[in-house]
Amino acid sequence: MEKKEILAKVNEIGKDVFEDENLNLTETTVAKDVKNWDSLTHLSLINEIENNFKIKLQMREIQGAKNVGELVDFIYDHLKGEN
Amino acid sequence: MYTFMQLKKATLTTLTSREIRLVVLSNVSTQFFSSALQGYAKLQNINLNILDTDYNQIDFQLTDINSETYKFSPDYILLYISTEKLYEEFLDTNINERQNFADSTIERIKNYWHYINENTNARIIQLNFTEINDNALGNFSNKVDTSFVYQIRKLNYLLNESISQNNAVYPLDLLSVQLQLGASNFFDPVLYYSSKMAISINSLPYVAKSITDVLLSLNGQFKKCVILDLDNTLWGGTVGDLGPFGIEIGELGRGHAFTDFQRWLKQLKDYGIILAVCSKNNEDAAKEPFIKLPDMVLKLSDISVFVANWEDKASNIRLIQETLNIGFDSMVFIDDNPFERNLVKSMIPEITVPELPEDPALYLSYLQNLNLFEVASVSKENASRTKQYQEEFERKKTETLFTSIDDYLKSLEMSCIVEPFNEKNYPRIAQLTQRSNQFNLRTIRYTESEIESIAKDNNYLTLTFSLHDKFGDYGLISVIILEKVNDTTLFINTWLMSCRVLKRGVEEFIINKVINTAKENSFTIINAEYIPTAKNAMVKDIYKNFDFTETSENHYTITTDSYSQKENFIKEE
Repeated sequence: MEKKEILAKVNEIGKDVFEDENLNLTETTVAKDVKNWDSLTHLSLINEIENNFKIKLQMREIQGAKNVGELVDFIYDHLKGEN
Repeated sequence: MYTFMQLKKATLTTLTSREIRLVVLSNVSTQFFSSALQGYAKLQNINLNILDTDYNQIDFQLTDINSETYKFSPDYILLYISTEKLYEEFLDTNINERQNFADSTIERIKNYWHYINENTNARIIQLNFTEINDNALGNFSNKVDTSFVYQIRKLNYLLNESISQNNAVYPLDLLSVQLQLGASNFFDPVLYYSSKMAISINSLPYVAKSITDVLLSLNGQFKKCVILDLDNTLWGGTVGDLGPFGIEIGELGRGHAFTDFQRWLKQLKDYGIILAVCSKNNEDAAKEPFIKLPDMVLKLSDISVFVANWEDKASNIRLIQETLNIGFDSMVFIDDNPFERNLVKSMIPEITVPELPEDPALYLSYLQNLNLFEVASVSKENASRTKQYQEEFERKKTETLFTSIDDYLKSLEMSCIVEPFNEKNYPRIAQLTQRSNQFNLRTIRYTESEIESIAKDNNYLTLTFSLHDKFGDYGLISVIILEKVNDTTLFINTWLMSCRVLKRGVEEFIINKVINTAKENSFTIINAEYIPTAKNAMVKDIYKNFDFTETSENHYTITTDSYSQKENFIKEE
């Protein structure tokens, strides 16, 4: 799966989790740009990502992604089996 | 099963039903736990309002009388002590003291219950302990009382023992949910270490279901009857084709699966679930296996209503419902045939129809996992109910012999024992307040401990009615709670009656007794109220029919000296 596709899928998941139909995540989006993105919804987002992509993110990835682009990179690596 | 996201969205649903208030107390973070529970409850039409307290606040919340827990005035307090956190405390204990861990933890929990009982009327929902095997000594841990495996299992045992001795505490079997889902699915270490939540998000809907099942049963919504198909449901093969000795039952081959299914049904019956049969068969052929095969675990005497004919099953189930006089929503219909299931489901939407797996080997585990038979109490009277329903058939047969209903009622030679609440009948009274939906004027549910305190409170007069006739014993069939309003006035706080004894003059007998009890205790006015529910329309006008005056909508009053005794054919013993 290409990073672009992953980003689109994460955006769809985000719409549901952050309850915002107009959500438009980009690689440079950070949590504070998004309404409802707090520490709790973050965990819920991660869980939905894990369910959807059938991967398990590591603790440092969950806590350490500095923007959406990096989160997409982590997902990409997992899907490629590099982690 | 719902997903966590679906449950989270459902928390925003607005319901108009009475609000139920619940406090979650835990030693771990419970924000998601509480959202899942609230969402699941709302999807089951329970208007649940949750106060989710911060983690590790249990001691403070319960010992401080001004805490947010007590200010919330909860109907329920849920105590969830996570094993993960306990395990950390366990390892922080000196190894020489670890053999006391279960004992000291149970004392701590009993102390929590004590504070709750002292400061509120809330019912307690106590979660039991999931297991962690840290393999400190491998299998040998089970031989060493300082190991965690040893202590956590002991703790669960001590917890059951303590809960069984405390009427205000209801168990929630979290361990069973862990077993059902598997320990590695149930616990998500990443989530735990990043948020102190000890149940994985994907497991929360199952936990929420389990708790909601308990709330529903405490609210009087539970199953009372299982209606069973015969061919390929209770045994393998078609008895009409194969004859009684050709069907599959016993310990061999496929028969074993059916036998175990029957063993489980027999246990349900022993706990008070009514078993009925609804089969497309000739009646004689259908009964033959029950009579001729020793391998049949279920006997004819276990079946309260046996219907075997060639009518459609929906009509037959209506017939069963009329005989038993219970709501369709308290019935479960089990049939291997998808056609029959769909027919019944579409004709009688309230009835529960499990989608039985195709393979009989899976029937039992499938039905067990559905957890259809959650109850809030068990009483010994249950055991005699099958006999009562069979006696009811005898009565129905006799009924047709008489031309007038009065002659028939006289011939029954009914007599009634009237007594106040006492220790012997607390469980049965509590059970009736939880079970009765139709003949129940105010539908107030009471626990055993609440019944006990009413019995001992001078502000109440209580009456129970136990009926029998020449065909047999009905047991305790009606409950009255009279509340003293002032020196002259009583209020009928509770009047409920088992529908099995309707239209036999029992209502008349009871209301006479209520008026007489008031007079004997020098009260002159009796006030009453009817609170409408979806199920109790049958008693809507009962006070009016007994000469009470309606003072405002659903509120009634009568003076004892204006009342004239109503005729009936029941003798007081």
